[in-house]
Amino acid sequence: MEMSREEGIKKVTKGLFILGAVTLAEVFISLLGKGHIIPGLEQYSFLFIITGLAMVILSLYKAYFIVYEFMHLRYEVKGLALTVLLPTVLLIWGLIAFLWEGNTWGDRREEVQYEIPYEVDEELKDEVGVPMDEMSNDEE
Amino acid sequence: MAEELIQEEEVQEKDNWSGGKSPFKASYGKIMMWYFLLSDAFTFAGLLIAYGALRFSTPSWPVPDFVFSTAPFGISGAPLIFVTIMSFVLIISSGTMVRAVQEGHRENKNGIVFWLLMTILGGAAFLGCQAWEWNNLISEEHMTLYTNPFGTHTEDGVYLEGDGHHVEAGDEFHAGESYLIHKHDGEWHPLKYQTESGAQKEQQFGPKAFGALFFFITGFHGFHVFSGVVFLFIIMLNVASGIYVKRKNGYEMVEKVGLYWHFVDLVWVFVFLVFYLL
Repeated sequence: MEMSREEGIKKVTKGLFILGAVTLAEVFISLLGKGHIIPGLEQYSFLFIITGLAMVILSLYKAYFIVYEFMHLRYEVKGLALTVLLPTVLLIWGLIAFLWEGNTWGDRREEVQYEIPYEVDEELKDEVGVPMDEMSNDEE
Repeated sequence: MAEELIQEEEVQEKDNWSGGKSPFKASYGKIMMWYFLLSDAFTFAGLLIAYGALRFSTPSWPVPDFVFSTAPFGISGAPLIFVTIMSFVLIISSGTMVRAVQEGHRENKNGIVFWLLMTILGGAAFLGCQAWEWNNLISEEHMTLYTNPFGTHTEDGVYLEGDGHHVEAGDEFHAGESYLIHKHDGEWHPLKYQTESGAQKEQQFGPKAFGALFFFITGFHGFHVFSGVVFLFIIMLNVASGIYVKRKNGYEMVEKVGLYWHFVDLVWVFVFLVFYLL
């Protein structure tokens, strides 16, 4: 992997150019989706999904470039690369599962805020016991 | 002849796993650095996924291009410009790190020291930018771990009073627009407004989790950058002292600290995406 000074500089410049250009593209897409470049665009919610997807793909490309070129994973033995890359597949599950979960929290937020305080039937009190909050009040 | 060579290769492939040498053709230290970075990637992924889950769970969330629209020298209303500069600082420091590793392969001691120094300066510049950003959020905009003065309107309406800076009485706003509640002399001044349906309301604080998530995640990344700068400094001193010359392994220590440094840049790619772009 030894290369001359000129080759090295050329490679680094190319890498910096790619990463810089992709970053600028991302910022442009983000500002476009938020309506800073063409006012009024931020009102279309489908645009948020399209620009979001575009930015995720560009970020993944940047990640691929950093790992494969700057961190030299391309030049390592395949087995080493696989032991590093395969476990990250679990994150796909994590991402889907927890965003799904967060969405459900959001849906149930109203329910939690306006929860009706439960009351225990006087006749059944001996069988089911006293609610926790009432118990602590008695002690006081 | 060709078949014999293939057979020989197969035998070697088997021998790789019989002990005594690395089947991955990389040193123990380098492989372990990779696995450390993998585990660190999971830590950061967990934090960023938590951010996503909490963001999905609230009806409104501060819009990042409104929250991060200030820059030094009194610039305001410049969405994402300052963080883009921060990103470029980190990307460039990654480039100088690659140069240091290349000079390492060429066993050029002075070259390594020079490029490591450039990388350290890049890291320090990034930390300086982050310090400014934190200071601005804490002392100018009064965001804390528990209080988030950045809120978002959920319906259209019109302001009934002004704040003396950007908002005036009679200004209209739309659902999805963000606002910052100002604090003067230790007191919050949420503005009153009227919604389209005629109800009079007051600006509400944004979701609490935002401040804690922001300070924890960017702080954790900043801590990685800080440790990286310290490691780079130690390695630079070692290189300058000539301690790696006798090892004759193409300055592998520089390569290892380089892996760590590129990882810090890699994490920033996703912090930048999740916190600022989306």
